[in-house]
Amino acid sequence: MKFDFRKFFFKKPKNELEGSENGVRTPESQFQDASIPEKLAEKCEKCGQIVLSDEFAANFGVCPKCGHYRKLDARARISMCADADTFEELFAEEEGGNPLNFPGYDEKLQSLREKTGEKEGVVCGIAKIGGVRCALFSMDYRFMMGSMGHTVGEKIAKTFEYATEHALPVVGFVLSGGARMHEGIISLMQMAKTSAAVAKHGEAGLLYISVLTDPTTGGVSASFAFEADIIMAEKGALIGFAGPRVIEQTIRQTLPEGFQRAEFIQEKGFADLIVERKEMKDKLALLLKMHCAEVLA
Amino acid sequence: MNAYEIVLKSREKGRPTALKYIGSIVENFIELHGDRRFADDKAIVAGIGTISGMPVTVIGIEKGSDTHDKIAHNFGCAHPEGYRKAVRLMKEAEKFHRPVLCFVDTSGAYCGIGAEERGQSEAIAMSILDMIRLKTPTLTVIIGEGGSGGALGLSAADEVWITETSTYSVISPEGCASILWKDSSKVAEASECLKLTANDLLSLGAAERVLAEDGFSDSFFAGLKGEIYEFFKEKMKIPPEQLAEERYRRFRKF
Repeated sequence: MKFDFRKFFFKKPKNELEGSENGVRTPESQFQDASIPEKLAEKCEKCGQIVLSDEFAANFGVCPKCGHYRKLDARARISMCADADTFEELFAEEEGGNPLNFPGYDEKLQSLREKTGEKEGVVCGIAKIGGVRCALFSMDYRFMMGSMGHTVGEKIAKTFEYATEHALPVVGFVLSGGARMHEGIISLMQMAKTSAAVAKHGEAGLLYISVLTDPTTGGVSASFAFEADIIMAEKGALIGFAGPRVIEQTIRQTLPEGFQRAEFIQEKGFADLIVERKEMKDKLALLLKMHCAEVLA
Repeated sequence: MNAYEIVLKSREKGRPTALKYIGSIVENFIELHGDRRFADDKAIVAGIGTISGMPVTVIGIEKGSDTHDKIAHNFGCAHPEGYRKAVRLMKEAEKFHRPVLCFVDTSGAYCGIGAEERGQSEAIAMSILDMIRLKTPTLTVIIGEGGSGGALGLSAADEVWITETSTYSVISPEGCASILWKDSSKVAEASECLKLTANDLLSLGAAERVLAEDGFSDSFFAGLKGEIYEFFKEKMKIPPEQLAEERYRRFRKF
């Protein structure tokens, strides 16, 4: 018998072993089978090695072979850090338009909404982390790399306002290439709007922890990302004002290895701590607890 | 003038820079230097002076006039220490309940290794946050280019005024054309799409007044001086907490 390496490496679904319903395998069903390995295993973008999907998921999207951090979408990040079944979404209905009638922007938004099932590039709500109730927001790379236009800014500002009103700490999972240029000055104003909401929340004596993930750049880095009481950076994340390519073009120099990575940001004094993904929830929980309890149980 | 012509005009050689405005509007100007952390950023000129006798703190992004001067002022591209100096002096103004007047003219905050190492993002973020909550009247006048976060760092004010051939934008039209359309020749088109002219900003609510330039004559500066004086005189009557709240609402509407 010819050795089938696919069967050896990849688990087959149960019905495959039992055969199809009527016991006759059509060419069509074989064709479907051929696509199964892709769903069971994935290639790491960094090292190129094949990794079982289950293993990727169990490792929070970190390649078990090379340690590469895959980007997490907004909801995956929340379910990784929030206590199970505690997340309640807020402001889900917020949906923006095309304030400047920027050519092609409506179509772009429409196709992203269909593709991602999200209305915009940030998911907000309340949840418990390690038993501590907090407001949170989580930005989504699939939506124009988490860029901030009116709706993203509005939802984040509302999250801070809600947290101020209900005396809750805010945990913000930041991921953004910056302001969304299709909304021109309106997107620039989001930096001011969100900053104002962060300031009011802080004046109320409430805690804000930002978690900077890959990438955190541009207008988002120059506003609420760096206005937190505690700035956590995910290991290896690119964090900076100008993107590395823009800097290289401006100064006509190659940038040093590790420039603008989380470790560099911490070394220069701009991040409180670097966390690995697998310890993120525990670190957040501990920090939240120490800010809300007089004595830890 | 179309949008692109205004973009070119806003960068035109010989256009009055912040120091010209300060020299024409502010009496008794005493420059104050440094962020007390790292250095004195010459892209941002700041100090205390009077406007028709009223003490004001003045902060301006200065591009420089001739080549030598432009290099000295880093072409109006501020480093983090520039924003930190601005915040330091804004807080000093708040302490003595003195109005803060900013002149903005920059293609953007400086982008380079040193700027990143010293936290350009954090410096601008905190400048916006501190300025927006300042408990003293604030006014920003955009006098040329209002380039992105580097401009916003000094524009979280009670009102923003802009001269008629100035611009205020989230990104340069060149940057927009090359990122969105991978075609830097579409600069004119990008200039239109970004709605960055003074009149666009007025209709979008991002600016309260458009100032007719009148060839930057003496009467232009005298008129502007009078308008600034009247503005601050009215704002000084408002309780500081209410000022900050009104400013919150100004930015909350976007």
